[in-house]
Amino acid sequence: MPSLANPTRFLTLVAAVVPWLTALTAILFATGLYLAFFVAPPDYQQGETVRIMFIHVPAAWLAMFGYMLIAVASLGTLIWRHPLADVAAKTAVPIGATFAFITLVTGSLWGKPMWGTYWVWDARLTSMLVLFLLYLGLAALWQAIEEPGRAGRAAAILALVGVINIPIIKFSVDWWNTLHQPASVIRLGGPTIDPSMLIPLAVMAIAFTVLFVVLHLVAMRAEILRRRVHAMQKTQVEHAALAGA
Amino acid sequence: MSASLALLARDLKLAFREGGAIGTALGFYLVVIAIAPLGLGPDLNLLARIAPGLLWVALLLAALLSAGRIFHNDYEDGTLDILTCGPLPLSLVAAIKSLAHWITTGVPLALLAPLLGLLLNLPQQASPFLVLAMLAGTPAVSFIAAIGASLTLGLKRSGLLLALLVLPLYVPVLIFGVATASAAITGPASPWPPFLMLCAFSLASIVLAPLAASAALRIALR
Amino acid sequence: MPDLGPHAGFILAAYGVTFVAIAGLALAIVADDRKQRRLLADLERKGIRRRSAGAAKPARPARKKRS
Repeated sequence: MPSLANPTRFLTLVAAVVPWLTALTAILFATGLYLAFFVAPPDYQQGETVRIMFIHVPAAWLAMFGYMLIAVASLGTLIWRHPLADVAAKTAVPIGATFAFITLVTGSLWGKPMWGTYWVWDARLTSMLVLFLLYLGLAALWQAIEEPGRAGRAAAILALVGVINIPIIKFSVDWWNTLHQPASVIRLGGPTIDPSMLIPLAVMAIAFTVLFVVLHLVAMRAEILRRRVHAMQKTQVEHAALAGA
Repeated sequence: MSASLALLARDLKLAFREGGAIGTALGFYLVVIAIAPLGLGPDLNLLARIAPGLLWVALLLAALLSAGRIFHNDYEDGTLDILTCGPLPLSLVAAIKSLAHWITTGVPLALLAPLLGLLLNLPQQASPFLVLAMLAGTPAVSFIAAIGASLTLGLKRSGLLLALLVLPLYVPVLIFGVATASAAITGPASPWPPFLMLCAFSLASIVLAPLAASAALRIALR
Repeated sequence: MPDLGPHAGFILAAYGVTFVAIAGLALAIVADDRKQRRLLADLERKGIRRRSAGAAKPARPARKKRS
């Protein structure tokens, strides 16, 4: 997106778009929650707890979407040297990690009434746990390197290494899971999703996605401004030093 | 070719001369396996069941402890800068250093494992498969550790950070490595499918990891 | 609110944790955004200029572009 490569133009776009997207988010969530609680019927197997699915599944999608976004942004940093790529990657980490965390917690709370334990090492939850750890690694690396240029490029390499490994990890966890659970097929989504649940699920998924976009745009603006502030503070110190000397 | 061998010989010589690095990794391995039963109880049946997993996890941790030194010494004294200007491409340099780490850390740990398995009542029929799996999997461990080492060059708390970055990437190695040994214990499932997948993962790591490691080295050296 | 059944606590806890997590994240992001805008306004009021904002300034050593 060459037209968005200019940070100042990007900031103008953000300022224009964020209020509308915020309103859209609110409307979507209002609609989605209404559908989730008042329209979707209780599952014949799982009863009312199936309503947790309306958070758990979109959160899982967005945790994965977040990491894919970071991977694409990482390509932008390393290959195309897009000026906003590392800003996009850095700010997506806490958002994606939060969604991974929400996936794990809602999965746990869904599992307890279903199977009696707060944690099951089923393939999907385990894979999500590993994804959460990958997010933590990215956050730790960003935090550990002070110089933002080096941090951006190092985190980009780590993100790309992670994204290549994710399918392999997923495959190995699935394989491991079938090895240890030959009997019942426990799947958190249930064997099929009834169509009456598809629409609330879709609305909630879209609502969460727009929420991700809003939060990400605002966070990107904050990061761009932070870097400007930092540069200007350095100028301020330089001027003061010159004046003092 | 001779430049590659020269670099490998140099790294091996330095590692053996340093001595303590290899010994410390082996010692750490022993300590972890020795105290684990103190936490788990002396029930030999339980220990036998978890022995492959425990031996693998402890091996991963021991290998990670020594991963920092893959590039650290050369980074500190400027040799790494010289190597970037030398006749060998940086990815080959990274590969050779990863290989040196495997020879001096992965292989000794793998060979020590059956002995430590005695402490955990590892069934005898599993021992050869465990060693085979470890010898096949530790290349991946070393080569992926090099990615972590190159990303964290010169950083504070780099040891812990390296482990945090790299351990999730070891999940396939762990799963297939343990499965190879466990299959030999628990009967009808053949150990060869997970073993082959482990080999595939190692081979892929040997080829791809040096690319990531050398890119990270360039970033650290800029 | 329809009857949420015997496991109502878990359902409400799930939605509650989600709400708290998202709210916390959003607050952190918005607070950071506000803080940076305030700092930037302060610095601009003091007359500090960014290089590409193009004000007259004595020559300074070249800085790496943000990329």
